[in-house]
Amino acid sequence: MAYQAHLQVWRGDADSGELRDYTVEANEGEVVLDLLHRLQATQCPDLAVRWNCKAGKCGSCSAEVNGRPRLTCMTRMSVFAEGETITVTPMRTFPVIKDLVCDVSYNYVKAREVPSFTPPEGLEPGEYRMQQVDVQRSQEFRKCIECFLCQDTCHVIRDHEENKESFSGPRFLMRVAELEMHPLDSYEEAGGNRAEEARGEHGLGMCNITKCCTDVCPEHIQITDNSLIPLKERVADQRYDPITRFFRRKKD
Amino acid sequence: MSAPTTRAGRARTSARTLRTDRWWLPPLVTFVGLSLFVIYGLVRTFMNQWYWAPEYHYLAPFYSPCLSTSCVPGASHLFDVPLPGWFPPPIIVLPFVLGFRLTCYYYRKAYYRSFWASPPACAVTEPHSRYTGESRFPLILQNAHRYFFYPALLVAAVLTYDTVIAFHGVGGGVGVGLGTVLMLINAVLLWAYTLSCHSCRHLVGGRINHFSRHPVRYWMWTQVTKLNGRHMMLAWASLISVAVVDLYVMLVAGGVFPDLRLIN
Repeated sequence: MAYQAHLQVWRGDADSGELRDYTVEANEGEVVLDLLHRLQATQCPDLAVRWNCKAGKCGSCSAEVNGRPRLTCMTRMSVFAEGETITVTPMRTFPVIKDLVCDVSYNYVKAREVPSFTPPEGLEPGEYRMQQVDVQRSQEFRKCIECFLCQDTCHVIRDHEENKESFSGPRFLMRVAELEMHPLDSYEEAGGNRAEEARGEHGLGMCNITKCCTDVCPEHIQITDNSLIPLKERVADQRYDPITRFFRRKKD
Repeated sequence: MSAPTTRAGRARTSARTLRTDRWWLPPLVTFVGLSLFVIYGLVRTFMNQWYWAPEYHYLAPFYSPCLSTSCVPGASHLFDVPLPGWFPPPIIVLPFVLGFRLTCYYYRKAYYRSFWASPPACAVTEPHSRYTGESRFPLILQNAHRYFFYPALLVAAVLTYDTVIAFHGVGGGVGVGLGTVLMLINAVLLWAYTLSCHSCRHLVGGRINHFSRHPVRYWMWTQVTKLNGRHMMLAWASLISVAVVDLYVMLVAGGVFPDLRLIN
């Protein structure tokens, strides 16, 4: 049944902005993004909202709903009481361009800093052969839709802008873990060391594993347990554990 | 002092958080729970009595293994370290046991959130102006977690031995009391917590990239992974069970009430 929902939407740009109140019709089965679109269509034609698939797979409509980092297309109106005021703000960690649209280029800079997959020498694409059991850990991380909600909620950069230079955030540490665990990655043979780079260039030590990245992931990737902690353990193997360092063999 | 939330270019909002749920409740519960355990542990350690109930062969977990010459007869294990009588025996072992919990990946999350508010909850601004995480001393020492894992295995083995001797009947033979049952539950929970540790998961198989070449280690890794998914629950359950068993043995050893015997 339709009802009038109360919305507070952040309107503004990089210089100034404020929360503004709106009343928008909500129908059964709708999500927050539907209301933002109705608001745009009926009251605020200049409202800036980034969106694309409306199916939780493109990662475009990331915002904060009642203070929690969410995909607006996957946040059902039925989880709120009818009289409740729903606050929608842009992601707090990134510079805002306009209204709910952020400049997420920080993430693209960090993405470029992760050396790409390095296949074994002499192996051409199409010749890769792997056991499913070996590659399945890395495949979990391939579910990432790059909505950057994990980056948004991570307090290391959310509360400390100065850390952005030295910390790549959970999304890209997960990317390092994905490649570090990959059965065919030969980066180490090529002279690299992904675990050491995770510690050094990507700032893994800044992560204090408070699991907010895992909590907000719309793909339910176990970012902390399956990528960040295993990566920390691999760093401990190489750097802080003289026993495993002494017995360290070529990666198997 | 609050870290500014209005960095250059970011959306300006004055509120520390716009969350409307009771985000403060889980860290508060954690704070109270862990504080109660620490206070109980401190009091119990320096109490230095009522840890051995000779008629039932119950040894309080806080005093196990009892490695001091000052341990009451029957309570000591394997070898005795010559220490003055006023020196509480738990001080020899507790640093390892507490170190294991203190550096545990779950407890780190718990106390960073509840004691240090870093952050108090997800998407709630933390009250610190500077943050270096675990990249500097002293928190860089958290990387030594695996070195506390090995002694924790030994302690779990000793508590298992304590549980076995708790099946001693009053006056000989086999017997089971409420204390025996509690000690058995405690030993199971301690093993489950210890083996579900993230370092254990890494050491048994997580560090290898080709599971297909190591089927036994892969099998062990899958088993530890199953337990690891319940690490938080096991952390709390084993913490509570240690305190409950310790309290029960203290009350029985102190003569407050006799053990409730189920068999014998």
